[in-house]
Amino acid sequence: MQKTVLNESHRRSGARMVDFGGWEMPLHYGSQIEEHHAVRRDAGMFDVSHMCAVDLEGPEARPFLRRLLANNVDKLKAPGKALYSTMLNDSGGVIDDLIVYHLDETHFRLVVNAGTAPKDLAWMAARLDEWRLAASLTPRRTGSGALAMIAVQGPQARQRVWQVLPEQRLACEALPPFVACATGDYFVARTGYTGEDGYEITLPAERAAALWEALANAGVRPCGLGARDTLRLEAGMNLYGQDMDETVSPLDAGLTWTVDLLSPRDFVGKASLLARGQQQQFVGLLLLERGVLRAHQPVTTVQGPGEITSGTFSPTLQQSIALARLPLATALGDTVQVGVRGKSLDARVVKPCFVRNGRILV
Amino acid sequence: MSIPADLKYTRSHEWVRAEADGTVTIGITEHAQELLGDLVFIELPAIGRVLAAAQEAAVVESVKAAADVYAPLAGTVVETNQAVVDAPETVNQDAYAGWLFRMRPATAGDLDALLDATAYQEIVDAAA
Repeated sequence: MQKTVLNESHRRSGARMVDFGGWEMPLHYGSQIEEHHAVRRDAGMFDVSHMCAVDLEGPEARPFLRRLLANNVDKLKAPGKALYSTMLNDSGGVIDDLIVYHLDETHFRLVVNAGTAPKDLAWMAARLDEWRLAASLTPRRTGSGALAMIAVQGPQARQRVWQVLPEQRLACEALPPFVACATGDYFVARTGYTGEDGYEITLPAERAAALWEALANAGVRPCGLGARDTLRLEAGMNLYGQDMDETVSPLDAGLTWTVDLLSPRDFVGKASLLARGQQQQFVGLLLLERGVLRAHQPVTTVQGPGEITSGTFSPTLQQSIALARLPLATALGDTVQVGVRGKSLDARVVKPCFVRNGRILV
Repeated sequence: MSIPADLKYTRSHEWVRAEADGTVTIGITEHAQELLGDLVFIELPAIGRVLAAAQEAAVVESVKAAADVYAPLAGTVVETNQAVVDAPETVNQDAYAGWLFRMRPATAGDLDALLDATAYQEIVDAAA
């Protein structure tokens, strides 16, 4: 199993370590629910160094991304701006979801998921070759030049980062959401995966343990993948491999807003998306009875069957929530039935964003 | 890892305490709660339900997973602990205080067939 540079830091903090996509990562450091609340109410941090930053450099980096990604990279006009996108196969299925940062006109950085990085790199290299475009791909996860990533999230997250990195404060204080800046050895992005404000900080791997410790001393609580999952689910954010994969169209996974079908630009998977159209809708479910919704539980609606793709108990709502794919005709506010361990339980269809900036939205 | 010597255990990580009135009290072990993580939902059997040994009796769900709790022996459910239904986290705080249900065994001697603390410790160690 592969380890991030913060592995020892996690063990010293009493983490329960688990295998996540071939990486040994902290599940929690005692209580997943307390970690969840820390992010909603104060500040928590996640080691996300298992995700892979890939530097794409060259004069044709932008033309490459124009054809590669479902979202339109031309939305990135100024250095520092970030864009969320899916990368599709020819049949319109999702190879991965990723964030692309615009560093300068010949340098973009893609951050892809941990377990999918090898196939992503192979896919991108093959497309570069096929399209004969002048750009190079450099994964920055291991070896010399390796980068670590720490996500600091929560209403107090930015304050705590400024406290720990006072020299970087001026550069990152004014960052709007979804914008990043390079400052010294740090690359600070106002992005995240929790529905709270905060930063994702990319830095040389050898400096990560010191920053982690300084943030902990400043009162930022270490949080594991368990809390990361309940936080992203409350925020209605998709998890690759669970809410979508290579067999699922982004239009059926609630990601239509990330797919640019309006511009004349062609991209991989576009023809399939246009031919098939949207076939299901991606919604949130709020369980109206006691129990816990889980992935793959069947959903019954008057319009036909559906399926839960992610489910959990929401620590903020104190009830179970889920993300699900349902028939197109199902409407918000409908009551549907979920098969939970041999019983049929009622759930309400809601928008798939349950909590944002500490506030309950459903 | 706490494994009290005065309790009996099952391979499926239930603990069983013999009471003076001939009933048995059942819960999940410290090891089980640690594997599951923060508990958020507990469903207990109806009082009066007759269970076979190893039959599914209760459900404990954590944020990450659901687990069945099995009847350690054949018998009838005589009491359930509403306090853990209302506050599942109390099982995380003390798995041996947070009991789930009580049974009256169908046959008095069945308890002797369960694991003692030493045997259960070996099972936990072997899984580690």
